[in-house]
Amino acid sequence: MIKTLTGNYAVAEAAKLARIKVTSAYPITPQTTIVEKLSEMIEKGELEAKMIRVESEHSALAATLGAAAAGSRAFTATASHGLLYMHEVLWWTASARIPVVMAVAARAIGAPWNIHVEHSDVVDQRDTGWIIGIAQENQEVLDMTIQAFRISEDPRVYLPVIVGLDGFILTHTVAPVNVPDQKDVDNWLPPRRQPYVITPESKIAMGNMTSDDDYYMMRYSIQVGQEAAKKVIEEVDQSYGKAFGRYYGGLVECYRCDDADYVMVLMGSWAGDAKEAVKILREKGINAGIARIRFIRPWPAEILREKLYNKKGVLVFDRSISFGNAGQLFTELSSTLYGMTNIRGVIAGLGGVDVLPEDFANEMIDFVNKVEENGKVYDPIKWLFPAKYRNVKIEEVVS
Amino acid sequence: MPVRLADFPRVRYGMPGNAACPGCPETMGLRYVKMALGDDVVLVIPAGCSSVIQGYTPKSGINFPILNIVFASAASAASGMQAAFESQGKDTTVIVWAGDGGTGDIGFQAMSGAAERNDNIMYICADNEAYMNTGIQRSSLTPYGAWTTTTWTGKKEHKKNIPMIMIAHEVPYVATATVGYPQDFIDKLRKAAKIKGFKYIHLLAPDPVGWKFDPSLTAKLGQLAVQTGLFPLYEYENGKLTVSVFSRLYRKPEKRVPIIEYIKVQGRYAQLMKDPEKIKGLEEEIERQWKWIDILEKSSNPSSVAQQIIKENK
Amino acid sequence: MTQENSTLIIKDAETYFVVPISRPDFGSSGKTGSWRTERPVVNEEKCTKCLYCWLYCPEDTILRREDDMVYVDYDYCKGCGICAAVCPVNAIEMVPEVKRGEN
Ligand SMILES: Cc1ncc(C[n+]2csc(CCOP(=O)(O)OP(=O)(O)O)c2C)c(N)n1
Ligand code: SF4
Ligand code: SF4
Ligand code: SF4
Repeated sequence: MIKTLTGNYAVAEAAKLARIKVTSAYPITPQTTIVEKLSEMIEKGELEAKMIRVESEHSALAATLGAAAAGSRAFTATASHGLLYMHEVLWWTASARIPVVMAVAARAIGAPWNIHVEHSDVVDQRDTGWIIGIAQENQEVLDMTIQAFRISEDPRVYLPVIVGLDGFILTHTVAPVNVPDQKDVDNWLPPRRQPYVITPESKIAMGNMTSDDDYYMMRYSIQVGQEAAKKVIEEVDQSYGKAFGRYYGGLVECYRCDDADYVMVLMGSWAGDAKEAVKILREKGINAGIARIRFIRPWPAEILREKLYNKKGVLVFDRSISFGNAGQLFTELSSTLYGMTNIRGVIAGLGGVDVLPEDFANEMIDFVNKVEENGKVYDPIKWLFPAKYRNVKIEEVVS
Repeated sequence: MPVRLADFPRVRYGMPGNAACPGCPETMGLRYVKMALGDDVVLVIPAGCSSVIQGYTPKSGINFPILNIVFASAASAASGMQAAFESQGKDTTVIVWAGDGGTGDIGFQAMSGAAERNDNIMYICADNEAYMNTGIQRSSLTPYGAWTTTTWTGKKEHKKNIPMIMIAHEVPYVATATVGYPQDFIDKLRKAAKIKGFKYIHLLAPDPVGWKFDPSLTAKLGQLAVQTGLFPLYEYENGKLTVSVFSRLYRKPEKRVPIIEYIKVQGRYAQLMKDPEKIKGLEEEIERQWKWIDILEKSSNPSSVAQQIIKENK
Repeated sequence: MTQENSTLIIKDAETYFVVPISRPDFGSSGKTGSWRTERPVVNEEKCTKCLYCWLYCPEDTILRREDDMVYVDYDYCKGCGICAAVCPVNAIEMVPEVKRGEN
């Protein structure tokens, strides 16, 4: 059934279709309407689940983990400061190997307060052991959320999953979304599986001390799960495509990148604008394409290498920065493509600053010129300032 | 209902060979939980001595299924587990077993949240009056005058009264207990387990390591804490506070064991022993405890308040 | 890695799965009887079977025979002396351990 939904409502619909049994979340813009919607669904009797209205995000994930460890499918959602606040529990959840799904409405981090889109909150979780996806549009938000449960609960993976969606651009903007029938989702999504359940019968205690050697091997085991997830995500996406008619390309969506000389790499909703830019560029005779990262964890190194190693140049757009170094996608991709091709990283769109298709196109033209002139380019960091500050000398900005 | 020892079956309730120090009050307390409630129980344990007492995988030295969890969110994790069990149609008792730090300090927000929501969990604070697991630092529940590694000359502030704060949450059940009187603790556990909603039991857990006393005295100090009037045993249920049997005698100051008997065996009070002025600070703590009990007893018993007013008006 | 020295392993071609889980069992910190400097010795003549020592022993190392006469599990008793301290008739004596690792 086609419904007009915001990204946040698409998340809520997906959680409902996945028949979550427990949910717990704490309000934060731009995530809040997810909790509100789930609350409404539960109170109206449309969703048979328990909602724990906790007093913080730290508690929200702890409650979600508790429910999941006790054997129920559980879900939470947050954003920005909320995600940072629960950071500690993210590690604990992944290391416990308990399948859980969390939506993250990607948002800037203060100070100062800023509620608009940025990817810093999501990428900050890269090292926690979670599988991390970011969707481009509302339909994909719904589909990725349903898929997330199957990925998380796959015995080869058994790791929690984040579904990222851009604050406001997706969370609060309506778009037509094809919402699958409950019975089709029931057929496609297997009943909950998890490695162990903590109950009086199982007598299991999770998380007491281990020897350092065993601890090390548990770390290794998480990496094995992440590696396995590469295959599982692809499988799940294909199987979902067969069942529901929408396939996204697994870990990476390749948009006109096979025949391209130059490829933009980015993630999230602005890929839509970048796709517009590809059209502009192709009209101008530049063979451009896009590799849209759908999952930053596991990092799709093999696919990216295969797709990009022989390109003339790769232009990475990061909506976040690791201060003192460069954009996170850029640094990850640099290591993946080490010595193989020209690469430049652009920091853009922080705090919700608009980046238009022309901006993507202009950046690409500048990059192409540089590559063609100099032959070899490795630019770790280029700032695409907001329009207002472009062509203004930095000294003027500072004063 | 009094508990008869010989009626308990001859089974192992504890889990020998764990990592606790000799004379540990937390292993004692956990054993009483098992004796009282049996097997249909799951524990949630935040960071603290009890997370270490379990020892190393693949064995656990605590005789319960456990979700170990980060320090600040034990109550929330328990609420989550309980919600899951309930949706599965099970009535497993979910118990948070936390230290005084995990309860009164870092975990306070989560506990207060669960209490306000009246989630159907039991919360037991094993109060050894300091952060023992990290090596005896003061907590908000460390009493006045006590030495810790962050209060070398004795704590200047008074002990935070968590049970009273929980009463202010108006949860269905709040009780105090100590490992010195296991039968009383067991009674309270059994009673609490039958009540739906948030149950709070504050268990005084005298700690030979952190309080610096001979490990053979753990139980004795639990009893002395009650007999000096410093740690009154009571229950708060349906808006009514009742002083427990073991404490009744000691509400009269003249019946109380002198506080000196309690502090002289504890190395952490060595400073107080040298300075009788400071002992007054601890005596004040006794008065505070009983003051609250008096107020609550009266207010929770409307007829006595009425009688009081009639008396005063005469 | 085998089942003995890790916790839970699901092994197939592509997974190496280890999680930090345990089950309650004796001796998660070894035979703690070796920590002892003094051992409790029960004087059966004096014992009235009141079971106080059994009630208060933190380690659950006071055991009860069929007739409720108590005895000590020296494998794990840590020698804290609580049993001796709570015995109303002084039927338990703490005796210095002579040799370490005697058990
Ligand atoms: C977020 C966080 N901060 C600090 C610690 C370190 N830490 C572990 S246990 C503990 C103290 C525990 O004290 P308490 O709750 O009183 O329990 P006890 O050890 O006395 O039983 C501290 C500070 C931690 N594990 N997590
Ligand atoms: S420090 Fe105290 S509470 Fe902690 S294990 Fe030792 S005796 Fe038990
Ligand atoms: S000495 Fe301590 S551990 Fe040993 S039996 Fe007596 S009470 Fe138990
Ligand atoms: S406490 Fe003393 S009298 Fe009572 S059972 Fe133990 S040894 Fe016997």
